[in-house]
Amino acid sequence: MRREAPQRLSDYGPLAFPAIMLTVFFVIPFGTMIAVSFFQRQQGGFYTPAFVFSNYERFLSLFFAHVLGFSLMLAVLVAVCCVAIGVPFTYLMTKMSRRAQIVWMVALLSVLSLSEVIIGFAWSTLLSRTAGITNLMVTLGLMDTAVALSPGFPAVLTAMVYQALPYTILVLYPALVRLDPTLTEAARTLGASPLKAFFTVVVPALRTTILATLIMVFIFALGSYLLPQILGRPQHWTLSVLITDQAIYQSNMPFAAAMAVFLVLVTLGMVALTLFAGRKREETT
Amino acid sequence: MSGLTLDAVRKDFGSFTAVNDVQLSVPHGTFVCMLGPSGCGKTTLLRMIAGLDLPTSGRVLLDGEDITAVPTHKRNLGMVFQSLALFPHLTVGENIAYPLRIRGAPREEQVKRVDELLSMIHLTGYADRPVAKLSGGQRQRVAIARALTRSPKLFLLDEPLSALDAKLREAMQVELRQLQQQLGITTIVVTHDQREAMTMADTVVVMNKGEIRQAASPMEIYRRPADTFVADFIGSTNLIDMETDSAGRAVALGQVIPGLSAPGGGKAIISIRPEDVDLTAPGSGGAILGTVTFVRDLGGTIETFIDCAGKQIIAVSTPRARPDVSVGQPVGVVLDPGVCVVLST
Repeated sequence: MRREAPQRLSDYGPLAFPAIMLTVFFVIPFGTMIAVSFFQRQQGGFYTPAFVFSNYERFLSLFFAHVLGFSLMLAVLVAVCCVAIGVPFTYLMTKMSRRAQIVWMVALLSVLSLSEVIIGFAWSTLLSRTAGITNLMVTLGLMDTAVALSPGFPAVLTAMVYQALPYTILVLYPALVRLDPTLTEAARTLGASPLKAFFTVVVPALRTTILATLIMVFIFALGSYLLPQILGRPQHWTLSVLITDQAIYQSNMPFAAAMAVFLVLVTLGMVALTLFAGRKREETT
Repeated sequence: MSGLTLDAVRKDFGSFTAVNDVQLSVPHGTFVCMLGPSGCGKTTLLRMIAGLDLPTSGRVLLDGEDITAVPTHKRNLGMVFQSLALFPHLTVGENIAYPLRIRGAPREEQVKRVDELLSMIHLTGYADRPVAKLSGGQRQRVAIARALTRSPKLFLLDEPLSALDAKLREAMQVELRQLQQQLGITTIVVTHDQREAMTMADTVVVMNKGEIRQAASPMEIYRRPADTFVADFIGSTNLIDMETDSAGRAVALGQVIPGLSAPGGGKAIISIRPEDVDLTAPGSGGAILGTVTFVRDLGGTIETFIDCAGKQIIAVSTPRARPDVSVGQPVGVVLDPGVCVVLST
């Protein structure tokens, strides 16, 4: 079917609603934030319109560079872990019967209904010394004494992967379901073991989807600020935690806004870099 | 024994039997076409030979060795899928080199083999093209070449030409047959197109409802079908009820047919090909009287539809032997016992 290009102004009518929604709920708040990031902070939690760079200048310190680096590293790690677990898991899930797939999907969706707070405290209990899984290990004779696994970096990573995995699978599922099953069968008739067929056919054929999923989980993980606080030590706090801290507890809106803008810019830069790398690879193959 | 042997191979899906105790022996170097209506179990049988499905019971033997439990990737075979299953992320050359690459063969060997195969399928110089940029026939050839990269013992094709248009399909049939003869490889093709089977096969295996109805050469299948299903499925035929009268003579459509007899002296069915039905003037000796109901002149052939006591008989003749008939006229139908096949009911 060929669509005609819109001729008159009224032809753009159907676009009005999404355009208004986008303006009211995205463009205006985002613009406000950018504006506030240049405002002058006043003592007592207020700020006055101005055009100063002091908020950005304050950010350019070793401490914040360290936090930014840690946040990006954590988000990348969460994205990689989620995809590394999610792709094989979803692939095996698509091989199951329809009924089994529905059961798994419902279970995964139910994880999405949990709030970040509940996930955080559930994991902190599970990883605690007094009531955690190490007690089970002691009972089973696998460990001598129960130890605390939280707070710590592994705890933060585990909980964040747990939180992001259902999203990962939901994004991967449609692409994997559509993947022609005869591709793997063909690889097997050509001498590839099932594992080899997975890595030489399924993964490369899904390269674009995997790249998109990595970016989605990366951005999702960058915004996480509760789990690092509940399960991590102060050195495991992400930039999002500091933004929350500045905005809510220190009442320094301009500085919080400046940090948020910076985070957005760095994120966009990384996404662009990933897409660029992906496109480069596609051209060479 | 050299070649492929299926020994009482059976496949059940729940209470449905897709393949029912199939017994078949394919000598080395033979071209076999498995032919049957959709759902007859031919694809399931092929998948069991490939190891993609496991038989419920029975054995698959290749060169005398039981390979029933051998996983697909350890059987040395090449398979062309109906969807072709070319890897979309690889080029033509990479697709063909795939079996060598995963085995870690040296780069020079891969390039050499790809060049060999590309020249064999008349696509020299296409190695660096992405598969998405190929035409249907070219993709077909690439899929065939990829399946032959390892010089397999067994070449399996599942409806390989069904996606091509009629002209290209016929050309590919000839090409595939020539390729097979050149390589001398044992080949099994699943198809529902009888022209394809007749063109390519040494042996045609006609299947229905999970069972082999007849396995023989194309001419044998056409000339001496084993039962009414085969007679009707391969080409078109006239199936005429036959009885034995009190004197022991065969009677069809009210006319004694000398030289035929029903096995056991009861009822039977005569199969006669439309091109074997002769038309004469009404009232000739031994001819069955009928009325012409329709004449279809297709240029190359002329089909005459005749009503004989309520039974429709179709006769086909060439323009050179154009029968002198017109709609509504009486005509004599001659069933030559020499070309009639008597089948049990």
